[in-house]
Amino acid sequence: MNPEAIRDKVAIVGMGCCKFGENWDKSPEDMIVEAAFEAYEDAGIDEPQKVIEAVFCGAVYPSKGTAEVADALKLFGRPVSMVQNYCATGTDALRFGAFAVACGMYDTVMVVGFDKPKDRGVSGPSAVTTGVRGLPMTPAGWFALCAARYFETYKASREDLARIAVKNHHNGTLAPKSMIKKEITVEDVLKAPIISWPFGLYDCCAQSDGAAVAILTRRELARSFRDDYVLIRAITIALGPNPQADPSFDFLRWKPTVYAAQDAYKQAGIRNPRKEIHVAQVHDCFTLTELLTYEDLGFAEKGSAKEHIASGTFELGGELPVNTDGGLKSFGHPTGATGVRMLYENYKQLQGKAGPRQVKNATVALSHNLGGAPQTCGIAIVTMP
Amino acid sequence: MSQVGIRSQGVYIPMLRLALGAISGGRKASGGSGERSVAYFDEDAVTMAVAAGTNCLEGIERSTVDGLLFASTSYPYREKQGASLIAKALDLRRDVFTADFCDTTRAGTIALRAALDAVRAGSLQQVLVIASDARPAPPRSPLERNFGDAAVAFLIAREEVAADFAIHVCLADEIRDIWRTEHDRFVRSWEERFVVEHGYGDNLRDAISRCLQRSGLQTSELDKVAVYSPDARSHLGVLRRFGFESNRIQDPLFGRVGNCGAALAPLLLAAALEEARPGQRILWANYGDGADAFLVQTQEPVTGLVRRRGVAWHLARRKEFSDYDRFLAFRDLYPSDADRRGGQGVSATVHFRDRNEDISFHGQRCRRCGTEQFPFQRVCFQCFARDDFEEVRLSDRQGKVMSFTFDYFAGSPDPPLIVTTIEAQGGARVYLQMTDASPNEVKLDLPVEFTFRKIHEYGGTPNYFWKCTPVRNPL
Repeated sequence: MNPEAIRDKVAIVGMGCCKFGENWDKSPEDMIVEAAFEAYEDAGIDEPQKVIEAVFCGAVYPSKGTAEVADALKLFGRPVSMVQNYCATGTDALRFGAFAVACGMYDTVMVVGFDKPKDRGVSGPSAVTTGVRGLPMTPAGWFALCAARYFETYKASREDLARIAVKNHHNGTLAPKSMIKKEITVEDVLKAPIISWPFGLYDCCAQSDGAAVAILTRRELARSFRDDYVLIRAITIALGPNPQADPSFDFLRWKPTVYAAQDAYKQAGIRNPRKEIHVAQVHDCFTLTELLTYEDLGFAEKGSAKEHIASGTFELGGELPVNTDGGLKSFGHPTGATGVRMLYENYKQLQGKAGPRQVKNATVALSHNLGGAPQTCGIAIVTMP
Repeated sequence: MSQVGIRSQGVYIPMLRLALGAISGGRKASGGSGERSVAYFDEDAVTMAVAAGTNCLEGIERSTVDGLLFASTSYPYREKQGASLIAKALDLRRDVFTADFCDTTRAGTIALRAALDAVRAGSLQQVLVIASDARPAPPRSPLERNFGDAAVAFLIAREEVAADFAIHVCLADEIRDIWRTEHDRFVRSWEERFVVEHGYGDNLRDAISRCLQRSGLQTSELDKVAVYSPDARSHLGVLRRFGFESNRIQDPLFGRVGNCGAALAPLLLAAALEEARPGQRILWANYGDGADAFLVQTQEPVTGLVRRRGVAWHLARRKEFSDYDRFLAFRDLYPSDADRRGGQGVSATVHFRDRNEDISFHGQRCRRCGTEQFPFQRVCFQCFARDDFEEVRLSDRQGKVMSFTFDYFAGSPDPPLIVTTIEAQGGARVYLQMTDASPNEVKLDLPVEFTFRKIHEYGGTPNYFWKCTPVRNPL
């Protein structure tokens, strides 16, 4: 494998994101059109039918599949494909789009991440029913699996988790397109009804509808779209064993993140992630997921996350701000859109267009998704040229 | 020893006990003080039978058992054999003879008689007889106060016999005293005094008289009499007429367990044998559409019959509750959000493929590196060897809690659902629900054992899998 094969070869020249939320009055097509036309405008594309040569979609709950995107945007007579990779779906769609451009087959492609879970008629994710074993079971239950052992080993507590929720709620109030704009306190988090211990209501992200779009082109063509384009430095997906069955699991980390980080940093040539990455959007489906991710991505030593949480390392204005737009917690989590939404925030941050959320002098940004039980991780690192 | 009889016995009484006062709405009503055993929401006649069978087979090589007879009036399926399901959960051999005995509280003794006959005839070598009942009673009815839930297993063999059956009398009778048609949700009964006098009394007297007559024994030569009773008193009226004093009459456990149907007479014999010495004579009788009576004689091995968990252990292992609404929820009689029967159900083909894992609770051991794993893998987690595994039974091992959560969102009749990852002895990690436990007892490294339970009822059928439960030592 050549870890540098993709490095800085593909540019992001336009992005769009619809308002996330319980979009009862919008269809998936409505959200896709909103995000795509914002991206067209951002890239200065007047005739998308002529410019977009291929489309890579990601959705976990599509009602029709690729036709949903092709019909909405009238992008016919060209490849439209769809990938699914749990919560890393959006990042994986981006990865396929980047490879399609890097291999030289297409000049300009579009990546569309979307999902409409609120049309399923359930509040929050539903209990899963596929077989006899392990049922009924919820995502909160899966992601809580590390809590007891991590808490005991490193003397962490629900309060440390609560501070993550407080931070992400605050950041969400600063993002115009976020679902939830509500400041909360540590006490609010601790007093909320328990969903699956140690997660109370505020430890869980907001499931929402949404769509986000990226337009990719070859680096050599990027300047014909804009000057402040952003480059894909590294992109990867890694799977890990099912933590419910893995005989060697220690319940102190999520292996998929550890594996994906190794590969992403090798691709990007990063040795000291906390210094070399300036802003990050990480998967905070539950507060503990964000805490473990700090350590699994090497932003903090294993076991030290709570000290960094207390000292504000990952807050806006901290050494390495994380989830500057509110994260899954406040911005919302339409599964297939999330990876692309994270890229949207990093793109705006690198361009200096993040408004009150702006991280100073950011030139390298990371986005991270973790999905399944969890078993899959996607990481994308983007930079300014 | 050429006599055929009981080589081993096993008992299971669910942990929960409902105060009888809770059923009568706190009023001091008939049924009085005391309590009854209650199958938890994930238990039924099948799961209790598996627990009693596991208890009975402790220390016995399972491949030596070639018959399983299952007796119950409350088995959840109308068509589909229970004995074959229980045999699979007990990991018995493929060529095991299985049969269900049903429809009457006498099913347990009838099954035992059939097992004796089969072993004596030499057509089977060792037969497991399991009686198990969790009978449905109308809410707040006298029957609900009267009933209890339990299971008992006897292993019938010709070697190492602890108790043999010198005489047995079986009488059939036609009487509609207790019944339940295909369309009745609950057990129904005719007027109590009619039932006791003409059903219970007449039949039992006749069976006991015939048994005594054939034995040539006087009642004074019997050490104990263990007899099914429909309530706490009726057996006394019958037995005192034969001249048995109270101290020779086995307590039928009303106010502690309750009438556990087909399992009641077996439970009383198990209790009597638990306390018996070698060389004693026990008169054992049962009632239901007729009556059975047996002369049971204890042998030397009876002193070794008390297994780790006998009747006394189960009576000591109890958790009281008096929340009647919670009881109704366990019986699926209380309206709740928890959808226990919705959905299209679990794929029968998936269940078919997974039955060694889900019912027999087999994991596998890698022949190359020795790593144990669950569920079955084609490629080893550790050394990546392909298809080089042997199956290992996890059900009779213990384990420890590696991780846990309390899920309030998963839709349980008794939230929160306790969800754990367990490391079974040997190293396999298994993702399991914990049952018969409350969140405040759960901690890392807690020792657990495995118990066969209903995991959910999607599709309207009981779907069985294993759960873990804390190892308890009540005595």
